[in-house]
Amino acid sequence: MNIVPQPTFLALDWWALGPVIALTVGAILLLLLEFLPQRANGNRGGIVSLLTFLFSGYAVWRVAGEKRELFGGMFVHDPMTVFFTMLFCSVGLLATLMSWDYVKRTKINQAEYYALLLSSVLGMIVMAASNDLITVFLGLELMSLALYVMVGFRRSRLESNEAALKYFLLGAFASGFLLYGIALLYGATGTTNLAMIGAFLADTPLSTNPMLLMGSLLVFVGFGFKVAAAPFHMWTPDVYEGAPTSVTGFMSAGAKAAGFAALLRVALRALGPVMADWTQMLAVIAFLTMTVGNVTALLQGNLKRMLAYSSIAHAGYILVAVAAGGPEGASAAVFYLATYSFMNIGAFAVLTMLGKGREERVLMSDLQGLGFREPLLGLALTAFMLSLAGIPPMAGFMGKLYIFGEAVKHPQLLWVVIAGVLNSVVSVYYYLRVTVALYMKEPEGEPVGISWGAPAVVAIVLTLAATLYFGLQAQGLWIQAQNSVMGLL
Amino acid sequence: MIPTEWVLALSAVLFTIGVVGVLVRRNALVIFMSIELMLNAANLAFVAFARQQQSLDGQIFVFFVMTVAAAEVAVGLAIIVNLFRLRETVFVDEINLLKG
Repeated sequence: MNIVPQPTFLALDWWALGPVIALTVGAILLLLLEFLPQRANGNRGGIVSLLTFLFSGYAVWRVAGEKRELFGGMFVHDPMTVFFTMLFCSVGLLATLMSWDYVKRTKINQAEYYALLLSSVLGMIVMAASNDLITVFLGLELMSLALYVMVGFRRSRLESNEAALKYFLLGAFASGFLLYGIALLYGATGTTNLAMIGAFLADTPLSTNPMLLMGSLLVFVGFGFKVAAAPFHMWTPDVYEGAPTSVTGFMSAGAKAAGFAALLRVALRALGPVMADWTQMLAVIAFLTMTVGNVTALLQGNLKRMLAYSSIAHAGYILVAVAAGGPEGASAAVFYLATYSFMNIGAFAVLTMLGKGREERVLMSDLQGLGFREPLLGLALTAFMLSLAGIPPMAGFMGKLYIFGEAVKHPQLLWVVIAGVLNSVVSVYYYLRVTVALYMKEPEGEPVGISWGAPAVVAIVLTLAATLYFGLQAQGLWIQAQNSVMGLL
Repeated sequence: MIPTEWVLALSAVLFTIGVVGVLVRRNALVIFMSIELMLNAANLAFVAFARQQQSLDGQIFVFFVMTVAAAEVAVGLAIIVNLFRLRETVFVDEINLLKG
């Protein structure tokens, strides 16, 4: 038996745990505040949510340089935790801003919505900070359970409900695989601590042990579901289309980044010694994922559905970086996740403003003529589409450059890099279709009403600034990304 | 004492029944029950490994899994009940608004 070390809690540990504590308190506070009366369209929920995210980001930034292992090595505070906590807090902040008016006009209960948003971000942070398979699983479930409810939040709308059911059944199915994989890994190595699994595998090469192989395969299947990698991507388009638009934006950025953060931790820290055996399999999955995503996205008439397939394709690009492995591949993946989060949330923030009242106008045909009626909105959407397509000087271009630049250094991955570049070319077609609809098609039918709201505009401006800044000045973020994966290896 | 291999074989059989159940059954409630079976198969494996290795980690993991499964039931049944109110069906084949 291990001797449990004397728990010593330093002041900096409280700051390191600040986001976790603040988000928990914030979520409970939001629900308790419901006992006090407020105006029908009050801003209380949004304000509490914003303050919580700001405090969480500040708390972890305060002790950014430190490295600590808490709760017997289950929760680590290292550069990767700091990077992803800051990213998830920004995602949460932007999601709050873009939900601000959307939840009011769609008559979503604000306190419950923001409380679930906070819990979901809490789960993401736990996933990124975990150093033990138990905490990976708990964080994943905390994030997913909150997201299942958020997806089905518009209870009276059948699409929303159907999306929630599909997401829930397939998500729980994937959790079953992940859990059984964890059980087998535990059986093969005798521990659930990621670092100790890594150390065990380095000492005793077990790559032929069937239990270990099966366990890692099931864990990869579980994560594959969460990050929407082919062939486990079937739920994505339905869920993205049916969910409320603000929730789709939030989960497409946050849940994907959290899934990849946990995948990187498990892959590099625990399975690092046997990762070379997985390179080709990951490359094949990456190829399938981006091809399926891009080719199917060509045919979509619904913008949310198109962005769902596009998010599958982006998961494929990131998997190329994971397959490349090592510190360079991992930092390329981390960099891509950060830039992808900003540009995707920006695109969804524009979509939340389309339509008046409870209506949802997200068809390609709804955009026709919008570029001239609302020049600024059209310009913003065009910028996000160009960035998603990977056209310089946008951040999406730098992300792809780093990923393919790292992967091409491995001769066995050359084919998947070529396929990836061809895929990016294909993707330009459907991203530009949005621009064509905005500027070159005659408006038809009833014009779309725009629900202007200051918070959503702030979200768009912030994401646009990030997208442009990281495209032109990528060096700073790249160094942060490289720092963040140093502790893993 | 029952050998660990036997327990693991039982757990593998339970897991397989769960997976097949999810794939072939069309009733959302039965699919959900099959998923619970998968989680319990994993629990059985954890307990078996914990006994084999004389360590408590696996047993503690099971407590966490049971808690998570309970939370999952709360959320899942709420979604299914709400869907039944709107559509009066729990068969996943009839729930097909979103496609393409």
